[in-house]
Amino acid sequence: MDADSLLLSLELASGSGQGLSPDRRASLLTSLMLVKRDYRYDRVLFWGRILGLVADYYIAQGLSEDQLAPRKTLYSLNCTEWSLLPPATEEMVAQLSVVKGRFMGDPSYEYEHTELQKVNEGEKVFEEEIVIDKAVAIIPRGALFKTPFGPTHVNRTFEGLSLSEAKKLSSYFHFREPVELKNKTLLEKADLDPSLDFMDSLEHDIPKGSWSIQMERGNALVVLRSLLWPGLTFYHAPRTKHYGYIYVGTGEKNMDLPFML
Amino acid sequence: MGDLPPYPERPPQQPPDRRTSQASQRQYSWDQVQPLAADPEEGQQIAPDAQRNAPGWSQRGSLSQQESLLMPRAFQAEEARIGSMEYPSMNTGFPLEFQPQPYSDESRIQAAEVTTSLMQRLQQGQSSLFQQLDSTFPEPPVNPLDPFNLYQTDQFSEGAQHGPYIRDDPALQFSPSELGFPHYSAEVPEPEPLELAVQNAKAYLLQTSISCDLSLYEHLVNLLTKILNQRPEDPLSVLESLNRTTQWEWFHPKLDTLRDDPEMQPTYEMAEKQKALFTRSGGGAEGEQEMEEEVGETPVPNIMETAFYFEQAGVGLSSDESFRIFLAMKQLAEQQPIHTCRFWGKILGMNRSYLVAEVEFREGEEEAEEEEVEEMTEGGEVMEAHGEEEGEEDEEKTVDIIPKPVWKPPPVIPKEESRSGANKYLYFVCNEPGLPWTRLPHVTPAQIVNARKIKKFFTGYLDAPVVSYPPFPGNEANYLRAQIARISAATQVSPLGFYQFSEEEGDEEEEGGAGRDSYEENPDFEGIPVLELVDSMANWVHHTQHILPQGRCTWVNPLQKTEEEEDLGEEEEKADEGPEEVEQEVGPPLLTPLSEDAGCNAGTEGLPDPAASPLLPLHHRNHAPGTLDHPPVLQPLPAVLSGRCALQPLAGGLCLCQRQFENIYIGWGHKYSPENFNPALPAPIQQEYPSGPEIMEMSDPTVEEEQALKAAQEQALGATEEEEEGEEEEEGEETDD
Repeated sequence: MDADSLLLSLELASGSGQGLSPDRRASLLTSLMLVKRDYRYDRVLFWGRILGLVADYYIAQGLSEDQLAPRKTLYSLNCTEWSLLPPATEEMVAQLSVVKGRFMGDPSYEYEHTELQKVNEGEKVFEEEIVIDKAVAIIPRGALFKTPFGPTHVNRTFEGLSLSEAKKLSSYFHFREPVELKNKTLLEKADLDPSLDFMDSLEHDIPKGSWSIQMERGNALVVLRSLLWPGLTFYHAPRTKHYGYIYVGTGEKNMDLPFML
Repeated sequence: MGDLPPYPERPPQQPPDRRTSQASQRQYSWDQVQPLAADPEEGQQIAPDAQRNAPGWSQRGSLSQQESLLMPRAFQAEEARIGSMEYPSMNTGFPLEFQPQPYSDESRIQAAEVTTSLMQRLQQGQSSLFQQLDSTFPEPPVNPLDPFNLYQTDQFSEGAQHGPYIRDDPALQFSPSELGFPHYSAEVPEPEPLELAVQNAKAYLLQTSISCDLSLYEHLVNLLTKILNQRPEDPLSVLESLNRTTQWEWFHPKLDTLRDDPEMQPTYEMAEKQKALFTRSGGGAEGEQEMEEEVGETPVPNIMETAFYFEQAGVGLSSDESFRIFLAMKQLAEQQPIHTCRFWGKILGMNRSYLVAEVEFREGEEEAEEEEVEEMTEGGEVMEAHGEEEGEEDEEKTVDIIPKPVWKPPPVIPKEESRSGANKYLYFVCNEPGLPWTRLPHVTPAQIVNARKIKKFFTGYLDAPVVSYPPFPGNEANYLRAQIARISAATQVSPLGFYQFSEEEGDEEEEGGAGRDSYEENPDFEGIPVLELVDSMANWVHHTQHILPQGRCTWVNPLQKTEEEEDLGEEEEKADEGPEEVEQEVGPPLLTPLSEDAGCNAGTEGLPDPAASPLLPLHHRNHAPGTLDHPPVLQPLPAVLSGRCALQPLAGGLCLCQRQFENIYIGWGHKYSPENFNPALPAPIQQEYPSGPEIMEMSDPTVEEEQALKAAQEQALGATEEEEEGEEEEEGEETDD
């Protein structure tokens, strides 16, 4: 969620039950402002909170002018001091899938695994965050648009989805470089608008049904929750500009999803 | 493209009004020339590409010759181009066809007026020009004729029939006009073709197609108006989206005072229902005296206060949502005879979510409903008993006694009485505050046992079937109730000492060590210091009964015979009792501290095993402004502690403030396990019937054996009747078979 509209966003995303206490909120407001200034980001998003056993990680992302460029990730333990997460090497990526279990809350904690080296929790957090972000960060259709020169911009005339559009999964896109777009048939591509439909839509996510879409607050708010990564909540107030997503969870994938549907 | 008819042959086709209009247009076109004069770059024609008739281009040619002295070269060039352009379009029959002759005459006449009226019209020119162009702009555009500048140059090069309309070409726009500009052009017929071109262009833009009523002209007008009204920064970059928005707005007019927007209908309905919540509470405020009396008696707890504390801990719903829930619970309290109630939490579902209220009825109130339910089930059992008896009678009639199956279904464990064990409280659910509350049925042990084996998301509809293996006995309402029971049993905690047992210790022995099942508030509870609560888990205890593997809180021997069972097959049961003795199941007694929970390494210094610790170390939050995680030294502000349960993550939290504590659950309703869910495997294949003297499995004799047997029999027969010829013949026949 945008750091600029943090309070409203937290209010709207509170339907999932996890939020932030007032002291955290206040410190987030000020610290994210400073982060934006120091790192010269165009936009700062508060990504969410990974629950650990001892402490929680608060994660923020910084975006540059081009919205689809790789985002910088920062973490904090107390919402006041932010530091860049060290990127994980490729070996770590492979190892991370092996190390299971909850996060501890201490970035210097080393996971022990008999076969492989110890994995630093800081890297694990980073990698996990990247994975989750790629999988389930979403954007409503029309919020970003692509110019012929390449960079993706925020659409300042985005007025929100209508109610009927808001209930369809096809109106939401993954906030990442498209993966499946090329596989579409020409017939499907003919209906797309190249300036708006340049990302993957949620319709074709596998497994089907891994998104729960609900109206809350008496139809005034549409909330999407991911069932594959429980804890990710996306909200959008139809016909308004407000939208955003936040992840509050343990950082683990729900591998039992096919049994649960 | 016909030939150019000679001048005199062209009859005056213009009606007089046209002429006057042309005259006025001429004025306008003349006025157009004025601003043209003002701007050197706009010295081009206004709209030369319009389909203009080219009558008398030769005349113009002559005109230009005549007025070549007056006109700068640019205009001559323009005229030449006009001529070349107009020539082919002569026969288009465009309504703005006009006669060249009168023009030429009038132009000559007017040529003299140019210098005198030049300055006058210069001022008028701007306004009239804009009138002509139907300006809806709030202020005059800067260069309205800019686009028209370019037509000329390209048109000459392409020489198309009516010249393509050249779009914005930055290269051309700023090229210094080699054509100069007609300063004080006395050429009136020149503006006339210009103005005609304008008319043509405008008419073209005003075309509407069959598919839509909006013409390009109107659309552009709307678009430019919108831009000028809103003044976005960097309009060029948002041009496309503005374009789209304008189009959308045209086809979706906003205000319709007669009809409501059909899309918003469900939203409005929901808002109406929620409004009813508010009005009801407002109605109660009218009788203030009544309010004072009721305040002490109202069973609904102060949800706003607990919500506030939960918010401090970072858990819970937003404040307006909490308020609506509060109103909804008040409504529930009015509708049902409630003794105490509590907001249990929220269970998220795929399509809708559930808000759960934990309720305790007043004495004697709920029995009526339960009896109905029991009668239904008992009726079913009686039917089954009849069926079995009939089956037995049929079996006895047949000669062959079909072996009776040895397998008997496991005895149904009776569910617990209401107000005890897992059914201690009643639960009401609703999907959103404002919608009616639905009561959940009591949970049976079978349902709990099955709920432990499956893991399914809730859809949000109470009557949805739960399709799973092992098959769940019930629909989503039952599954929901079972999960609520499990969650309550596992995660509801209170500080040590808050509850104490009632002083009836003599019952322990009689119940067979099943444990005490009732507690009451300790009036002497003084609160435990915050630090102690944070440090040790022994200070927190469960105050709900643990659910045994059997599915109940109090153990019941399933082999106890009820009266019905004794009538049927008594002998068989006795025979089977021996190997099926069931051990009594014992669970941790009530008010067990959390440190006794399995896997919790409270004593060791290391971090607890993440997979097994049932309660996470508690986090300490302090209200004191400016301090985080500091103990309240100076100000004894109420401290809020929150704990998250590891087994039920996603907000199973609780908070403490002085002497208050509260539990809440918000989440998907499933237990956490680090390993993946392993569904139950199907049961092993049943054994076949045991071999005994009555039934023995043997392989069928093969054909050779049968024939050999037959042959042997026949030989035996033949030996006894060797002398009869018929027998030999029969043997021959038989052997042939």
